[in-house]
Amino acid sequence: MAISAKTLNETEFFYGHKACAGCGGSLAVRIALKVLGENAVAVLPAGCMSAVGFNFPQLCFGNNAIISTFAGTASMLTGVEAGLRAQGITDFHAVGFAGDGGTADIGLQALSGAIDRNDDILYICYDNEAYMNTGIQKSSLTPFGARTTTTPAGKNIRGNLRTKKNLFEIVAAHGIPYAATASVGYLNDFMRKVEKAKHIRGTKYIHILAPCPTGWGVSTDETVDVAKEVVDCGLWYLAEYENGEFTLNHQPKSFSDVSAYLKRQSRFKHLTDKDIEIITQSRDKKWEFIRKNFK
Amino acid sequence: MAKKFLSGNEAFAYGVRLARPQVISAYPITPQTIVVEKLSEFVEDGSLNAEFIHVESEHSALSCAMGASAVGARAFTATSSQGLLYMAECLPYAAGGRFPIVMMNANRSTALPWNIYGDQRDSLSQLDSGWIQAYAKNAQEALDLALMSFYIAEHKNVSTPFMANLDGFVLTHTYEVAEVPTQEQADAFLPKYETENKMDLRHPRNLGFSAGPDTNTFFKYKEHLGILNAKAVIGEAEEKFERIFGRRYSGLTESYQIEDAEYIIITLGSISGLVREAVDALRKEGRRVGLLRLRYLRPFPNEEIAAAVRTAKALAVLEKDISFGNEGTVYTNVNSALQKADIHIPCSDYIGGLGGKNISYEEIKHIFDRLEQLQPTVNFLGIGGEGYGN
Repeated sequence: MAISAKTLNETEFFYGHKACAGCGGSLAVRIALKVLGENAVAVLPAGCMSAVGFNFPQLCFGNNAIISTFAGTASMLTGVEAGLRAQGITDFHAVGFAGDGGTADIGLQALSGAIDRNDDILYICYDNEAYMNTGIQKSSLTPFGARTTTTPAGKNIRGNLRTKKNLFEIVAAHGIPYAATASVGYLNDFMRKVEKAKHIRGTKYIHILAPCPTGWGVSTDETVDVAKEVVDCGLWYLAEYENGEFTLNHQPKSFSDVSAYLKRQSRFKHLTDKDIEIITQSRDKKWEFIRKNFK
Repeated sequence: MAKKFLSGNEAFAYGVRLARPQVISAYPITPQTIVVEKLSEFVEDGSLNAEFIHVESEHSALSCAMGASAVGARAFTATSSQGLLYMAECLPYAAGGRFPIVMMNANRSTALPWNIYGDQRDSLSQLDSGWIQAYAKNAQEALDLALMSFYIAEHKNVSTPFMANLDGFVLTHTYEVAEVPTQEQADAFLPKYETENKMDLRHPRNLGFSAGPDTNTFFKYKEHLGILNAKAVIGEAEEKFERIFGRRYSGLTESYQIEDAEYIIITLGSISGLVREAVDALRKEGRRVGLLRLRYLRPFPNEEIAAAVRTAKALAVLEKDISFGNEGTVYTNVNSALQKADIHIPCSDYIGGLGGKNISYEEIKHIFDRLEQLQPTVNFLGIGGEGYGN
């Protein structure tokens, strides 16, 4: 039976934490652990999920879990996997949960090393598009135009001037056994991908877009909706990379309005029509590439 | 037991193999490379059954070792100089997590200026990171220390990572005859690593957590007690080691001709061999000189130093290190030991061997000569003067 919300494990593994209301990242962690089950051994770097889940004596993981150094998610996962295997233990899933900064910036070297070694680990990046734990600073996965506390939107500079780093394809370029993108707006797709990754040997990478109401400037009940809309308007996409090939999992018949997606978030409030046109053009260019290169 | 002609690095690798580590993660840096090359050969030829992880940096080397240790595996890594500094974030992390990882550090100068040769700036800059720090004097001690380090680090009263230091090139690359114990002997010495401080599938745990202002001091105090407890465990390990291997070590310090010594050089690492020769020569002239070698810098041998200098009129600390803007770090620590024991004799600091600069036999004799003048001074050897740094 295919995994879905209906068949999902009833047991909770991540609860009693102090994540903000509407946190997309904690939803991704909670769902992934339900799919992986009690033998998940989780590594989380310094960041939102470790800050909210590991405050002694209030420890919030029902499975084995540890905080790694900020840069050390993948390298610590490697050690966990090797250490258990060296003791003859095989019925476990070494899983990492790191944010966009912990993955695309400070943790990229260690992640690249782990993929290069093809260590048998699952690395999940919950991408909320900025350093949210430290108070909404720009990361290399912050999208063009977004206002953060280090890319203020003023008269001279209107938010982040750089586009979002294409981490999914950077990871795929390593020749990784399995990589996928996901969104907390499409949880069944995410569950299916975690379930698939669970049964693949070698390094697996899932990049899940996980809105942060605090940093994005949306209401706490809008998380899932805005995470759907980012896919529906084409600024994010659901795809997989396997056996050297890209597959698109969700083909929108027509895109919803980019402007509507942007304007509902206060981080994009300052954008001009020209800025929105740049973002739309960049989306169309991306989709041209996707349609050409993805199955 | 077999006699082999080994460099310090090779001797250490033989000692590590005897300890049967389960995970080895390492990144190459001169002059550490040979120890990890040798270990990879042991894994290849099947004489060592370990996971050898080719990490992409020293930060990952220690982060990986922490992951392995956090699931109860015996973990080893090795580094030097810039590599030690690059992994520096992970040093207090491993200590605070109470992960008894063993690391060999090939003592090497730190940039800038770039320099690949030996001094002790690298490890001494990390003295406060919560690791046990030992300094070997020769290949045999390096091999024996490799084996003993796991015993000490993993002891339930200690649970503290262990940094074994070998002087770069002078010790890591110098060949000597060393006795390599049999695996049966090693197995009789070193028990299997058992701990409750691990992520266990049957008893899930959350490790590496945050502890706020209310509880933080308790964790730090326990960490402090762990490293203090190492002192007794080092004694216990050495007793057991002597019973099985017949070689005797003397705890945190090793003294030579100090029973009636008036002038004592306190030093660490391989330079102690040359100091010992100077002591022999001067003793023949009837001069009451002695040597105190610090085998461990953490836990620090406060009581041993105080006891060793009972008859002394003056002391010199000879170290390959400078804490810029003050004095040598070993000197600071030694003076603290003297002050706590209410010992008030002149103690001078001699900073030498920086960037691999040779410390000559004449310079050591000269230090003993100068000690008789009784003024405490901070001196840099090898720059053509006296009393620099005052």
